[in-house]
Amino acid sequence: MPHSPIHPFASACAARGPSRRRLLMALAAASSLSLMACDGPISSGSSFKGIDITGADYARGFTLTDFHGQARSLADFRGKVVMLYFGFVQCPDVCPTALTRAAAVMQQLGPLATDVQVIFITVDPERDTPDLLREYLASFHPSFLALTGSADQIKAAADEFRVYFKKVPTGSSYTMDHTALSYLFDRQGRIRVVLRHEQTADDYAADIRQLLAMPSA
Amino acid sequence: MKKLIITGLLAMTTAAWAQTTVKVEDAWVRGTVSTQKATGAFMRLTPSANARLVEAQSPVAGVVEIHEMAMEKDVMKMRQIPGLDLAAGRTMELKPGGYHVMLMDLKQQLKGGDTVPLTLVFEDDAKKRFTQELKVPVTALGGGNAPAPMKHDMGHGAHKH
Repeated sequence: MPHSPIHPFASACAARGPSRRRLLMALAAASSLSLMACDGPISSGSSFKGIDITGADYARGFTLTDFHGQARSLADFRGKVVMLYFGFVQCPDVCPTALTRAAAVMQQLGPLATDVQVIFITVDPERDTPDLLREYLASFHPSFLALTGSADQIKAAADEFRVYFKKVPTGSSYTMDHTALSYLFDRQGRIRVVLRHEQTADDYAADIRQLLAMPSA
Repeated sequence: MKKLIITGLLAMTTAAWAQTTVKVEDAWVRGTVSTQKATGAFMRLTPSANARLVEAQSPVAGVVEIHEMAMEKDVMKMRQIPGLDLAAGRTMELKPGGYHVMLMDLKQQLKGGDTVPLTLVFEDDAKKRFTQELKVPVTALGGGNAPAPMKHDMGHGAHKH
């Protein structure tokens, strides 16, 4: 199966259906915004800082194994807001930046943070052993969880999220290109928001607060 | 004998005059966990004349490369680059989201508070190589995206308005 990088926002826009599109066009006409507004945070009428992908026909869940060796699926975290990120440990820049931001968000949320689960899915299961993942995630926050699996399982999870990843040789080693988006699920386990790497901890915290305020059933 | 010394001094002065230097500020290395094999070093470089960062070495890493990180349609891509051009007097920032010195095949865990020896190899305009030895402080993994705070605060304290 070909695995090409798909810009998830393009599909998010498509997934919104005709009524949303009409609204958008009206908005665009009213404020002389181009239809490229779909790429920005003001597209859907929701007040999320990220992109509202509620109802998307992808990013619906995962079935993998955590760093304790326990099988995990999205349903295990029902009642919590889940923030999901794909990355790898031997990553000097974007992954630790994302996890540092996630830890800052947890701090901002204070006592509410107990209702948030941050999940890191490795795209490098070959090198990211469960022990390494456990130690790595713990250095950011004690509650962060990492998931791994066989190469096929990781590929299936990434495909479900339209996440692109690819091994790229460098010197005698390799690095991983990968999609650096964060996915937010509400307390009912429904995919709601995609946030970009360029967004701030404040943006992330604001969207998570909104989801926390929504009912869990 | 005297003549020799004077010639020597002259030669040194000439060399010093021609020597390009690079100011290195706020260098830091991101800490690692015990079995992690790669991390990045970040810093600001300001050369006195046009120069190029062509290589880096460190005893804690088997392989050191100069890397560029780029986001393309929300996909993070990281690539080795052959060198990094530095313009005279201009500050080039190696920071998360851009360039970094990639330390690979790490021989030990890098803990917060440690310092890592790092040699930067530059080329001046005449392709002449020169090196700069650094002792780079480690910011603990999870300790933020910046040089270790202690040093930073002291820097601020020194600039009273």
